[in-house]
Amino acid sequence: VENVRLLDRLSSRRAVVGTLYLTATHVIFVENGSETRKETWVLHSQISSIEKQATTATGCPLLIRCKNFQVIHLVIPQERDCHDVYISLIRLARPVKYEELYCFSFNPKLDKEEREQGWKLVDLNEEYNRMGVPNNYWQISDVNRDYGVCDSYPTEIYVPKSATAHIIVGSSKFRSRRRFPALSYYCKGNNASICRSSQPLSGFSARCLEDEQMLQAIRKANPGSDFIYVVDTRPKLNAMANRAAGKGYENEDNYSNIKFQFIGIENIHVMRNSLQKMLEVCELKSPSMSDFLWGLENSGWLKHIKAIMDAGIFIAKAVAEEGVSVLVHCSDGWDRTAQVCSVASLLLDPYYRTMKGFMVLIEKDWVSFGHKFNHRYGNLDGDPKEISPVIDQFIECVWQLMEQFPCAFEFNERFLIHIQHHIYSCQFGNFLCNSQKERRELKIKERTYSLWAHLWKNRADYLNPLYRSDHSQTQGTLHPQIAPCNFLYKFWSGMYNRFEKGLHPRQSVTDYLMAVKEETQQLEEELEVLQERLANLQKSQSGNNKVKSKQQDRSKQFGLYTSNNSLANTPQEYSNDLKSFPSRSPSQGDEDSALILTQDNLKSSDPDLSANSDQESGVEDLSCRSPSGGGCLPSEDSGKDSDEAVFLAG
Amino acid sequence: MEFAELIKTPRADNVVLHRPFHPAVEGTLCLTGHHLIFSSRRQDNAEELWLLHSNIDSIEKRFVGSLGTIVIKCKDLRIIQLDIPGMEECLNIASSIEALSTLDSVTLMYPFFYRPMFEVLEDGWSSFLLEQEFELLSSVTNEWRLSCVNKEFSVCPSYPPVVIVPKSIDDEALRKVALFRHGGRFPVLSYYHKKNGMAMMRSSQPLTGTNGRRCKEDEKLINATLRSGRRGFVIDTRPLTVAQQARAKGGGFEQEVHYPQWRRIHKYIERFNILQESFIKLVEACNDQSHNMDRWLSKLEASNWLTHIKELLTAACLAAQCIDREGASVLVHGSEGTDSTLQVTSLAQIILDPRCRTIRGFEALVVREWLQAGHPFQQRCAQSAYSNSKQKWEAPVFLLFLECVWQIHRQFPCSFEFNEHFLVLLFEHAYASQFGTFLGNNESERAKLKLPQKTMSLWSWVNRPEELSRFQNPLYEANSLVIWPSVAPQSLQLWEGVFLRWNRPSRFLEEAEEERINIIKYNKELQAKVNALRRQLAEMETDGEVQGEE
Repeated sequence: VENVRLLDRLSSRRAVVGTLYLTATHVIFVENGSETRKETWVLHSQISSIEKQATTATGCPLLIRCKNFQVIHLVIPQERDCHDVYISLIRLARPVKYEELYCFSFNPKLDKEEREQGWKLVDLNEEYNRMGVPNNYWQISDVNRDYGVCDSYPTEIYVPKSATAHIIVGSSKFRSRRRFPALSYYCKGNNASICRSSQPLSGFSARCLEDEQMLQAIRKANPGSDFIYVVDTRPKLNAMANRAAGKGYENEDNYSNIKFQFIGIENIHVMRNSLQKMLEVCELKSPSMSDFLWGLENSGWLKHIKAIMDAGIFIAKAVAEEGVSVLVHCSDGWDRTAQVCSVASLLLDPYYRTMKGFMVLIEKDWVSFGHKFNHRYGNLDGDPKEISPVIDQFIECVWQLMEQFPCAFEFNERFLIHIQHHIYSCQFGNFLCNSQKERRELKIKERTYSLWAHLWKNRADYLNPLYRSDHSQTQGTLHPQIAPCNFLYKFWSGMYNRFEKGLHPRQSVTDYLMAVKEETQQLEEELEVLQERLANLQKSQSGNNKVKSKQQDRSKQFGLYTSNNSLANTPQEYSNDLKSFPSRSPSQGDEDSALILTQDNLKSSDPDLSANSDQESGVEDLSCRSPSGGGCLPSEDSGKDSDEAVFLAG
Repeated sequence: MEFAELIKTPRADNVVLHRPFHPAVEGTLCLTGHHLIFSSRRQDNAEELWLLHSNIDSIEKRFVGSLGTIVIKCKDLRIIQLDIPGMEECLNIASSIEALSTLDSVTLMYPFFYRPMFEVLEDGWSSFLLEQEFELLSSVTNEWRLSCVNKEFSVCPSYPPVVIVPKSIDDEALRKVALFRHGGRFPVLSYYHKKNGMAMMRSSQPLTGTNGRRCKEDEKLINATLRSGRRGFVIDTRPLTVAQQARAKGGGFEQEVHYPQWRRIHKYIERFNILQESFIKLVEACNDQSHNMDRWLSKLEASNWLTHIKELLTAACLAAQCIDREGASVLVHGSEGTDSTLQVTSLAQIILDPRCRTIRGFEALVVREWLQAGHPFQQRCAQSAYSNSKQKWEAPVFLLFLECVWQIHRQFPCSFEFNEHFLVLLFEHAYASQFGTFLGNNESERAKLKLPQKTMSLWSWVNRPEELSRFQNPLYEANSLVIWPSVAPQSLQLWEGVFLRWNRPSRFLEEAEEERINIIKYNKELQAKVNALRRQLAEMETDGEVQGEE
């Protein structure tokens, strides 16, 4: 469709005209005119809703909201075209078969071996070995080898050694969806562990001997402690209501040596609505400070984030400080339980705060334990009531922690944002389906590629420059402040206003420091080369001139000269630097090699990140250093807009 | 007066000091004329706390049996608690602190007694003279002149002795204009935009009154800044209704009939008591110890603080935009021209002028646009957010300015030579200081108090290399461009460095800062090494060639 206008949310004057293309996998908007022909690519699977608004004199507006929080506002001249686009998109955005998803057609030109290598990057067996299991207390159980006991669990499950197959099967019958207690994290230092399950089918009074034995077995696997915590992550009211349906929670009288604890995290429906409310606030055209803060408070989003964090902090404390094992569950044990277990693991174990470790963590607590990616993130057309930003909340928890512990994580904010993006993009097979069983049936590993390999390949883009593996923040357990801490939880504009670059800091400290570090590395290499050359030169010169004592004097002089020189780094030399080394302020230099390098990196980093503005981000973020270079920064415009009003009033 | 008279109990032992995020410490409390000193006297980790009495904003006392507790709330927003055994001691100490922290004579303040322990390399009192500023200006334009019309502070008591005005306007005209402007604050040059020759002026409101008085000289003065055929903008920091009401009290605004070349824009900026209330509410919210997430954001909202920040930044962006983008000259004023006017003119310069983003340039800006321009620091900063007294002159006008600078800094973290600590330092010293810089309400008062002779300037201390290094931003790369901040609510944040400074654990953030510094430092060291080696090699190679030719 030609002559389509793409509107800028912040300014009506900044609309661009271009052509809209629909392909099997993407919506593509190509700008007319300008030499660059800027392109905006949106994957169909990213589309969360399409809204056709009332036709106006200028055309028919079409509003596309994406799951990665991009909002695209198009105006199509002909109502008929608009309708056609609308109908096509509705169909394209709601595939009914897995085979329709982008990952089955996406081909990054890797051969079979590379693909297999990619899938091997994250290996859970290796991970359990790293944790220190199997050992005297824990063993791998093959009870679920054909998904015979629980079809949403993985085949390989770690359970206490004293838990026989009989106990496991018995316990599974007493748990929702047969999700029996299994090991999530084992703390080598003190034998304390985090186990996860679903709710018990206790109703008002039912008991199950095997389930009780199962919990005993977990306790015994930690000989240093005489009880375990059972953490129910639901609000007490919800859990009690479940009893009427024959489900519920553990009765402390029936299970010996447990301490039962509720932590009120709301259910997926509350979370979905909360996000919706917050996004409405983000979409406000020019909100006042009050509109924004009220809206944010009203959405309750940050309160929910804090509830999840609190649960994670409680469990981490129990494990690290009290040395007590914890069993976590919610209703089905695949949403809140996954959030809480992974937050706790992240606090406890520095490994999960590395790039590789974080991939492992998501693979362990989310993918393998049957978090229902397909239902929650609406990959295939399904029940809208199943959709909920469960893993988004976990990712935000990580970001909130990064804000509080800036040196503790190996990866940066961009890493989190790109993972979030790909959870919805369906470009890689990792997050397809609802369980390991389904993924095996679909032969995901043979037919699609792994996101982890892709991120790992571009890991330079995702590094946190402040991370050092020997820094104190990268050791041991993280202890976030518990109270007062309301103000520690902040709105994440980098995620929810991700595509509005004008709202973000115009100069990125992370990118700046990464550029410096890259330059430092080059300098280190050059230093080595120079030293070598110097040594050679000195050798050859002294060799050539062994007769001339004069020469030796001279080389002595050199030595002196050098040391003087390195002490007094004169300004003149400094300007030499600017020529020979990539200066980092593009505002001055444009043949800036480091800069170009970084840009290239960023561009190539995720050429497939559909939205073009994202590819742009690298350029923009860096050119931000010459902020007003572009006279078209959205925020400036926001200023302009408000001025305009005043101008008129005045 | 002898301070000793006020100090009934100069010393108390076995006092316990409580601070957030620190374990309680037992030690000895001493009172001197200007300080409260707490010393832990512990062998392993002796610790001393020195607190200026003038930093104390309010004091509360409580008793449980014979154990007294004093809670001291400071102007820098810190709260400490002292447990003092003995009812009488505690009462004595409390009343002494109360008396010493509320001395009413300026000449009894600490700056008059402070003897610096450092060598003065450069007297800060003469570091930033308007004459130097004018010299810089003269190198790019000859349209302006330095006027000494206010030499004796007779034309405008709140102006400095020298001001910069359009060349075509003589002192006689200035005297007439002064009579037409509130408090004698006639329009003077605030900033000259070299890029396009546009000027920003500031003044107070014109005294048009209800019958629409006019003053030809005033019109001539501000028209002198316009290029032929171009229009200028008057940015009035009051809403139109307030400006209209001001006429009844003899004030007013520039009528279009008399200023046809000027377009008036009303950009409302809150003032005085409203700001003070907002400040108090915000600090209350930040000190709230309750554990739930509920209400934090609505309390933040209810304080309206960030709304004021947003309004102020928007007004400053507007002024900057008129100058840089519209290519127009600007006159900024409110009523008196000593508060919101200065906020707008100084912030606009941060946006427009790269020099103001350097340490020295920023100091010069504070001197020029705040101290010399007659912002009444002594009145505005007499009390901070904990004060119970309801005096009406206090207002966190300067703090709001500093926070706006911080907001811009956050959006352009590589464009400022100074760091956040530097802004916090200025906040602290504006409210309580050993230096005389922020004493008095204007230059006239400072001259009468003989501050330059009798007290030390903050700049004398801060500009010493060893102090300066603490305030440098390691990420700084000179950025010669205009920087346009975003004023969207998503882009503005609470200034934790001031408001949560004492209520949050700062260790991890400090460690991050240290990492940043180290990364840059190491890079610079390597650069120096590589350059030295390169040079050495180059010389050896040429030498080698020379020898080869031999």
